[in-house]
Amino acid sequence: MLEVRGIATFYGAIQALHGVDLDVAKGEIVTLIGANGAGKSTLLMTVCGSPRARSGSIRLEGEDITQLPTHEIVRRGVAQVPEGRRIFPRMTVFENLQMGATLGDPAHFPQDIERVFAMFPRLAERREQRGGTLSGGEQQMLAIGRALMSRPRLLLLDEPSLGLAPLIVRQIFEAIGRIAREEGVTIFLVEQNAFHALRLADRGYVLVNGRVRLAGTGRELLANQEVRAAYLEGGHG
Amino acid sequence: MAYFSQQLINAITLGAIYGLIAIGYTMVYGIIGMINFAHGEVFMIGAFISLIGFMICAGLGISSAPVAILLVLLTAMAFTAVYGWTIERTAYRPLRGSFKLAPLISAIGMSILLQNYVQLAQGARPKPAASVVQGGYTLFSADGFDVRVTWLQIIIVVVTVALMAGFSWLIAKTPLGRQQRACEQDMKMASLLGVDVDRTISLTFVMGAALAAVAGMMFMMYYGVVDFFIGFLAGIKAFTAAVLGGIGSLPGAMLGGLLIGLIEVFWAGYFTSEYKDVAVFAILVLVLIFRPTGLLGKPEIEKV
Repeated sequence: MLEVRGIATFYGAIQALHGVDLDVAKGEIVTLIGANGAGKSTLLMTVCGSPRARSGSIRLEGEDITQLPTHEIVRRGVAQVPEGRRIFPRMTVFENLQMGATLGDPAHFPQDIERVFAMFPRLAERREQRGGTLSGGEQQMLAIGRALMSRPRLLLLDEPSLGLAPLIVRQIFEAIGRIAREEGVTIFLVEQNAFHALRLADRGYVLVNGRVRLAGTGRELLANQEVRAAYLEGGHG
Repeated sequence: MAYFSQQLINAITLGAIYGLIAIGYTMVYGIIGMINFAHGEVFMIGAFISLIGFMICAGLGISSAPVAILLVLLTAMAFTAVYGWTIERTAYRPLRGSFKLAPLISAIGMSILLQNYVQLAQGARPKPAASVVQGGYTLFSADGFDVRVTWLQIIIVVVTVALMAGFSWLIAKTPLGRQQRACEQDMKMASLLGVDVDRTISLTFVMGAALAAVAGMMFMMYYGVVDFFIGFLAGIKAFTAAVLGGIGSLPGAMLGGLLIGLIEVFWAGYFTSEYKDVAVFAILVLVLIFRPTGLLGKPEIEKV
């Protein structure tokens, strides 16, 4: 599905990614864990073409998308739940979901929005409320719902658990699991919350200072000493 | 009372024109955070195109005023839309992502360029325009003073209200308006959802320019004279209107336009017309000092 080869990304003169390779196969849940500033969000945004990779290649189902503009990349079935959720604050929940369907077939809209409301009933209750007035958990649900409105083949999630209460985190991860299993959406999940992410994922990568340090199945990484020491000690979960 | 009513009618007419221009400033500011100082010149070009348009209509023997107005209106909107698109494409888009003052400087350059271009092409002398709509309606007489509203004033206000209503609907309810608001609130997220941001920005310029053309045509009909410099003063006043209403706010631009019209006309009517522009710009200074977000531009409190 997604094939990243030797990606290098810069912010001005500062290099954020140093030749990253990774793969996400169709139907998989793959997670990328790493500390703050390791380059996780940069990698997700680079997949969407903003910022653009300076070298290396990104392929989506065999097609090279490295040089495509963002709106062309997402048109090919990639949806992102970005860092900080980025809900449109002065739009209602309903309008935010309409924005998510920008590329969708209008004929699918009623069905798709019902599916999102079924997954997150809270959003249905708040459909006329402005995005900026929602709680953090509700905003995260809205960000995920908005991404699903385009019927993506590949869903990129950037730290969906950040700043949320443990109960809400569990709900969000359950929803991600359902999206993968029931809807067949391929998922690439970036997380600091390594415990939840690795338990959910089929495979995982560990990113350190812009380089992939480790790769393996979720179970392998959970058992790995280095991962345990760096990301799991301190009582997650 | 009669004098007051007459001034009020004149003020609303002028305010409508300012409001139409102000929408262009406020929308462009809302979406890309820059003041398009060439917008006043687009208004001026709209006025010139209308002038030429009416002359062509007269030459073709179109004697029906409504038909001529409609034809000229649509032509002027179409032409200035092209101007708006071209200005954005050539002067602003290449500078997107550059330092913040760059597009502003470019806008001032574009403004000077357009002024000089019209001056060269049309001459520097003010051009009188034949009046297309004559007559009016006497509302009432008091103290030996007739309070009149001309047909032209009615046309100006009706067209403005209709355009503003249509435009507000477009922004609030259509997918295009939604995409514009999305770009305004979070451009990067909008592009992540598949919105073609460049195209949306272009369309914003096109719409603002088309509305400025309408204002230009009305100004030309109302004052009966145009020259290459009218865009400067009218543009700055409309900009003041946009700031007064709250830059970035669509209803703010309309309200601000109306208020600037009221201030200018009543100042001229009750004090001295020499200082009417000073009164308007004093308002700009006061707003910037005491309420920089304008009347309706108060940002909402958002949870993070």
